[in-house]
Amino acid sequence: MKLTLKIWRQDGANTKGKMVDYPIDGIEGDMSFLEMLDVLNEELVAKGEEPVEFDHDCREGICGSCSLQINGEPHGPDRLITTCQLHMRSFNDGDTITIEPFRANAFPVIKDLIVDRTAFDRIQQAGGYVSVNTSGNTIDANSIPVNKHNADDSFNAATCIGCGACVAACKNASAMLFTSAKVSQYALLPQGRVEAVDRVQAMVRQMDEEGFGNCSNTGACELECPKGISLENIARMNREYLSANAKG
Amino acid sequence: MSVLDSKIPSGPLADKWTKHKNEINLVNPANKRNIDVIVVGTGLAGGSAAATLAELGYNVKTFCYQDSPRRAHSIAAQGGINASKNYQGDGDSDYRLFYDTVKGGDYRSREANVYRLAEVSGNIIDQCVAQGVPFAREYGGLLDNRSFGGVLVSRTFYAKGQTGQQLLLGAYSAMNRQINRGKIQSFTRHEMMDLVLVDGKARGIIARDMVTGEIQKHSAHAVVLASGGYGNVFFLSTNAMGSNVMAAWRAHKRGAYFANPCYTQIHPTCIPVSGDHQSKLTLMSESLRNDGRIWVPKKKEDAIAIREGRLKPTDLSEEERDYYLERRYPAFGNLVPRDVASRAAKERCDAGFGVNKTGEAVFLDFASAIERYGKEKAFTSGHKNASKEEITRLGKEVVEAKYGNLFQMYQKIVDQNPYETPMMIYPAVHYTMGGLWVDYNLQTTIPGCYAAGEANFSDHGANRLGASALMQGLADGYFVLPYTIGDYLSNDIRTGAISTDLPEFAEAEKNVKDKIDRLMKASGKHSVDHYHKKLGKIMWNKCGMARNAQGLQEALEEIKALREDFWKNVKVTGKAETKNAELEKAGRVADFLELGELFAKDALHRNESCGGHFREEYQTEEGEALRDDENFKYVAAWEYTGDPREAKLHKEDLVFDNIELKTRSYK
Repeated sequence: MKLTLKIWRQDGANTKGKMVDYPIDGIEGDMSFLEMLDVLNEELVAKGEEPVEFDHDCREGICGSCSLQINGEPHGPDRLITTCQLHMRSFNDGDTITIEPFRANAFPVIKDLIVDRTAFDRIQQAGGYVSVNTSGNTIDANSIPVNKHNADDSFNAATCIGCGACVAACKNASAMLFTSAKVSQYALLPQGRVEAVDRVQAMVRQMDEEGFGNCSNTGACELECPKGISLENIARMNREYLSANAKG
Repeated sequence: MSVLDSKIPSGPLADKWTKHKNEINLVNPANKRNIDVIVVGTGLAGGSAAATLAELGYNVKTFCYQDSPRRAHSIAAQGGINASKNYQGDGDSDYRLFYDTVKGGDYRSREANVYRLAEVSGNIIDQCVAQGVPFAREYGGLLDNRSFGGVLVSRTFYAKGQTGQQLLLGAYSAMNRQINRGKIQSFTRHEMMDLVLVDGKARGIIARDMVTGEIQKHSAHAVVLASGGYGNVFFLSTNAMGSNVMAAWRAHKRGAYFANPCYTQIHPTCIPVSGDHQSKLTLMSESLRNDGRIWVPKKKEDAIAIREGRLKPTDLSEEERDYYLERRYPAFGNLVPRDVASRAAKERCDAGFGVNKTGEAVFLDFASAIERYGKEKAFTSGHKNASKEEITRLGKEVVEAKYGNLFQMYQKIVDQNPYETPMMIYPAVHYTMGGLWVDYNLQTTIPGCYAAGEANFSDHGANRLGASALMQGLADGYFVLPYTIGDYLSNDIRTGAISTDLPEFAEAEKNVKDKIDRLMKASGKHSVDHYHKKLGKIMWNKCGMARNAQGLQEALEEIKALREDFWKNVKVTGKAETKNAELEKAGRVADFLELGELFAKDALHRNESCGGHFREEYQTEEGEALRDDENFKYVAAWEYTGDPREAKLHKEDLVFDNIELKTRSYK
């Protein structure tokens, strides 16, 4: 395949960026999207140019490092996968592919296609945990039975990989899907109920402080989420939040 | 007399850990506030250790190269975590878990460490459930289990195919709680570049801020290395792209002995290599071997026809298939340990029965599982005379519920539907059992420098059983290290803060900066990946699934030559003072080029086959590994002397008081 790549290049957080065109040839359908970028980078290095910086690590869709807005969509055209799982067979010979970083005020660009997503960490630090000591002096695991349905829903919420696609997909750059997934994981388990009121208030407060936008229920986040995190979580968080505020 | 003191407590095996905990020194809570600990790596071992140390009251600094602690590669572990809970009532016990692990490791691990691991395993599950880790449950609300290779009980706890993710997010949440309390300072996008020793003790690290390129000095009273394994020395592995040996290797160069580097696990069920552009390999969880049956065609001409696309695997009848694991190992069948399964796949492929384009793949087939589950489901839902189509449909539903995400992953990569046609799999480098030598307290040969999780060598001997890495990482981090490190730190309650103005810090900083300079100033002929791929080829061909003396000799020379060429001719673009992925890779590959040589040296000196280390010269008539307990029943711990080739061997003799050494048999 012969392709034209239009890639966002930016030296650092305080410099201006621009789109740069790169023609590329010899791309095979079995290559992953990131392997295609590896090929480009090898060519750039051979020419003595600086390669394109992008976040990636596990390359199997679980670590949440990779991002990329590909032709305007987070993680590209396919559904339920991350960029590292996208294969070039999803594109055609002669295509032009636009590659940009995830765009959001709360995700400033570090370099080229790399953005700073530590705002997500700070939301979790505000209350995304059960305050239990890790000393091991706790009750036997099977003395806390959990209804299978709730356990499965909790697990599904917990499969969020924190990649930020939900924010990048949202016209308001809202982090509601991300935050609600963590709130839901704990809200659905007896272990998490004890601190449910404080947790949802603290996490929502931090989310707002980070500069994420509001949710207007368009559902773009759910559609683009590589892990299929459901909008139900947002509804659940809203319920939790309202009832927490009613309790004071 | 060896300089290695394993510090195994005296007394009966089952009492050692309790006795040891009762006898070691403690640090009182007020003094803990004056003691700093650095933890490098935030996977299961590092994350859990950091959280627990902070909770105890120590001031903790964590370092990870990823942009968040949550992205450490423990996250990719799929299948499960072992614990001797015996919830299934199938006869499990601490002793059985201990026994299976020592046997699975081909009698090359330390009894006392493994028993302790088994002893605390149940507690890990309690701990994780209390933290809100959403393990799989049965309809009654209790925890579900499944089986893994090398054992005859169901002791594996799991969260679908994302067990590592859920456990890591549990440890990360415990870290977050301590970050929120101000007890952990988390440094992300930071890489440890050197260990700083003051008066022979580990007192800090030199780190590089990967965004600004700043070289930083960080001091502490102890340093914990939980930086994972070195599988990426093979270039292609199931490790994350960034996984590296830098922290452990630089500690090795400062005096920490490196143990059993040649013990590498080649995982049997990975997606086969598709071409030269490939950057990494993807694992398909071992849990698939619960239900998948592994086979190749019985006749060579059928294998060739399949390779050339003239025949489909589903065209072959049962009689035309060779379920070689079931044939060779009737007792364990498809659930033999990983090393045995990998070698058996290689044996068939080498003999010409391999199946994909490259001839390096075997089938993992779910057809009979789909039929079996479908029948059961039809029966329990009242369809006593269900049609074949109905049974297949129901069976696929059950298989999807169990392995859905793995099947999806396979389909995305290979572009074939594993519900309709068997998966193709081949072994790939996955885990390294070798690592920094540690004593019973997890302390390396450098006082104050500890190693936990995959970074140490301690618990898996020459081969790790499935679902045991998660267990070991969390056992080390939650339950072992936080106790044992107190014994050492109890001597530091009057030390006060360690100054980073000490000359030792300046020396280490200069060492790091000089190294970066050399990399930036090399002639610039070949890219970093060029060298990494070449190293990977040498390692895979000569230090891979089967090794022999001649190949290892050649590997030693080739790696040395490649390393010399690297330092002269590597090309690192960009600047050292900014985010620079090429420079990051160059530093890591430089270390792999040294480790690789020690790896080959270790493999060459071990004139026996055991676990993941298979020397072609040492095998039984049936092609099984032939151990030499008389001469090699020891841990090989290598001391750095300035050149990997000249590393000095120290032996820790392994004593087996509680297990009789046998030839491992899974027949």
